[in-house]
Amino acid sequence: MDIFLQQIVNGLLLGSIYALVALGYTMVYGILDLLNFAHGDLVMIGAMVALSVVIALGSSLPVAIVLLIATAAAIVVCVALGLAIERVAYRPLRRAPRLAPLITGIGVSILLQYSAALVWGRQYISMPEIIKPEKIVFGGAQITSTQAFIFVLACAIMAALLWFVKSSRMGRAMRATEQNPDVAGLMGVDTTRVIAFTFALGASLGAVAGVMVVLYYGQGHYFMGAMLGLKAFTAAVLGGIGSIPGAMLGGLLLGLIESLAAGYIGDITGGLFGSNYRDVFAFFVLVGVLMLRPAGLMGVPSGDRA
Amino acid sequence: MSRRLLIQSAIALVTSLALAACGDKAPPPAAKKADAPKAPEVQVVKIGVASPLTGAQAHIGIDIRNGVQLAIEDANKAGVNIDGKAVKLEMVAEDDEANPTKATTVAQKLVDAKVAAVVGHFNSGASIPASKIYADAGIPQISPSSTNPDYTLKGYKTTFRVVAHDGQQGPTLARFALDKLKAKTIAVIDDSTAYGQGLADNFEATIKAGGGKIVAREHTTDKDTDFKAILTKIKGRNPDLIMFGGIDPQAGPMKKQMAELGIKAQFIGGDGMQTPNFIKLAGESAEGALASIPGLPKETMPGGKEFLAKYKAKFNAEVELFAPMGYDAVMVFIEAMKRAGSAEPAKFLPEVGKTNYNGVIGPIAFDEKGDLKNGPITIYVVKGGKWEALETVSPGAAPAAGAKAEAPKDAATK
Repeated sequence: MDIFLQQIVNGLLLGSIYALVALGYTMVYGILDLLNFAHGDLVMIGAMVALSVVIALGSSLPVAIVLLIATAAAIVVCVALGLAIERVAYRPLRRAPRLAPLITGIGVSILLQYSAALVWGRQYISMPEIIKPEKIVFGGAQITSTQAFIFVLACAIMAALLWFVKSSRMGRAMRATEQNPDVAGLMGVDTTRVIAFTFALGASLGAVAGVMVVLYYGQGHYFMGAMLGLKAFTAAVLGGIGSIPGAMLGGLLLGLIESLAAGYIGDITGGLFGSNYRDVFAFFVLVGVLMLRPAGLMGVPSGDRA
Repeated sequence: MSRRLLIQSAIALVTSLALAACGDKAPPPAAKKADAPKAPEVQVVKIGVASPLTGAQAHIGIDIRNGVQLAIEDANKAGVNIDGKAVKLEMVAEDDEANPTKATTVAQKLVDAKVAAVVGHFNSGASIPASKIYADAGIPQISPSSTNPDYTLKGYKTTFRVVAHDGQQGPTLARFALDKLKAKTIAVIDDSTAYGQGLADNFEATIKAGGGKIVAREHTTDKDTDFKAILTKIKGRNPDLIMFGGIDPQAGPMKKQMAELGIKAQFIGGDGMQTPNFIKLAGESAEGALASIPGLPKETMPGGKEFLAKYKAKFNAEVELFAPMGYDAVMVFIEAMKRAGSAEPAKFLPEVGKTNYNGVIGPIAFDEKGDLKNGPITIYVVKGGKWEALETVSPGAAPAAGAKAEAPKDAATK
C-alpha cells in the first residue's frame, strides 16, 4: 500500500510538470489552431538560464533569493524568445496553410536546441546543491520539501491561470479571440496583441516549468526539451487540446499512468513487458481515449476544427 | 532584341563563372606537386580515433581523444623510425556521437581517409557495428573502453581491446557483491544499451549462480532522468543492493532519487558511472556508491603518476577514464609497425596480435580473440566526495588465467 501511494505521489509530481508545459501548447492551439513545436525547447532554455544563474550566484545569497533571481531571469529570457518566435516564425504565416507554421515551428525547435548546445555545451549540467531538502513522510509515501514546493507552486499557478482567463479583461479577450478572431477584431479586440500576449504567457509558464525540472532532477541538457515537449503535447491532447483545464487534467493523468505503468506493468503481464514499456503504455491509453472521445477528455468537439 | 542580348550575356557570364570555378580547382594539385619533392623523406601515418565528442558522453570521448593526441605528440617528439625511415604520425579524430549509425558512417570516413589504424570507439554499441567496416578494410582497431563481450566475438582479426570485458567485469562485480558486501537480495537495472544490458546480464547470471536472489530486473533508457517509478517498485522488494548497468548521466540522478525515496540499499555499477560527473550529478547522495573499473586505479598504474601529470600539464584537466588506454593503444600500434617494418595495415596487423608491451596501464598482451589478457578490475567507492580505490581484483576465473595471471600483479607491485 505504501508503495502504491508512493507511485501515486511520484505520478502526481511528474504530472504537475507535464501539466505546466502542456498549458503552453494548449493556450496557443486554442487561439491559433497552431502547434507551437518550439515550446518544449523554450522550457529547456528556461531550465538552462536558471541553472546558469544558480551556478553563477552559488551560495553568495540566501537560497530563496537566488531561486527568485533565477526564475525571473528564466522568465525574461523565455518571454523575449516566445515573442520573437511568434513575430518571426508564426505571424508572417498566420493566413498561410496550416502545415507552413508547423514546419517553421520545427525549424525554430531545432534552432533553439543547437543554439543552446553552442551556449551551454552538449554535456549534462548539474545544479549545485544549494538546497538541503527535508524529507516529508506523508502516510507512508516519502517526498522532499522541494518536491512538495514544486507541486504546490504548480497547482497555485494553474489555479491563478484559470481565474485569469475566466475573470480578467485580457482573459476575456483571449477567449473571444479563441472563438473567432475576426469577429473579436470587429468588436475592438486587438487580436495581434492578444496572440502575442498568449505566447508570452505560455513562455513564462514554460520558464517556470523549466526551473521546476531543474529543481526536481538537478540537471539540465540541451536536448531535454524534446522528450518533455512530446510528453506535454501528449498530455494536452489527452486532456483535449485547446482546453486549459484539460491540459492540467491530461498532465496529471499522464504522469500517473506512466508511474503506475512503470511500477506494475511487469507484474501484471507476468514479466513479459518490463518498466521500459511505460511510454508505450502511456500512448496506448492515449489512443484508447481518443477512440472514445476524439476531442480528448475535456475538449469540446467542434465541426470547423476537425 | 534586348532580351536576347540579356540571355547571351547571361550565358557568357555563366560559362565564365564555370571556367573560373574550374580554374579555382586547378591550382592546388600544382601546388602539391611543388611540395612533392620534400614529401617522400617524412612519410605520414594517420591514426584514426573515434569517440563521442558531443552529447552526454562527450567528456569521456574527449578524454580518449586527448590520450591519443598525447601519445602521437610524444611519439613524434621521440621520433618514429619504421624500416629505417622517419615517419610522422597524424591524428584523425571523428565524432561518433555515441550513436551506432553515426559510428558506421564515421568508420567509413576513417577508412576513406586511409588511416593505418583506429583507436575506438568508446561505446560498445558503436564499436561493434564499426568493427565490420574496419575488418572489411583490413584496418586494425583497438577499443580503449568497449567492454561488451560481443565486440571480439565476431571473428574479425582486426578487433582488439585494452580493457577487461563485461564477461569479466559483470561477474567480478557480482562476486564482490556476494562475498564482500554479503548482499542476499539484489535488484538490477540497465539502460537498454549494448553496454548496460550486457553488464547487467553478466552480473545477474553470476549472482544467480552464486546463490543470490534477484528481486527485480528493471530497464530504463540512456535518455531518461526520472527513475522514481522503478525505484519505488524496487523499494517495495526491499533489496540489500541495487546494481545499475549504465552511464553517469543516469546513474547520478538515480542515486539521488534513491536517497529521496529513502532507499537504504547499497548502489553498485560498472565503469560507465565511475566518473567525477557521477558525483557532481548525485551530489551528497553519491557517498558510499560503488563502481568497478577495468584496469588498475589511475594513480597506481605502472605509468600512472607520470601520465596524469603530463595530461594535466597539456590539457589542464583531470583524466576522466580512458585516456591512458587511448594512449597505450597508439603505442601498441607503433610498436607493431616497428616490428613489422611497415605502416601498411596488412603487414603490421599480425604483429598487433603478438603485442607484448608495457604501457601506462600495465603489461598489454592479447588473447586469440583480441581481448586483453588478465585485465585487472578495481572496485571504487565514493568517500568524501571522491572516488577511492577499494580493492583490485584479478579475474582469476577468466579462461586465460593460469601462469600468466602473475604478470599484472608483478607490474602492480613495481
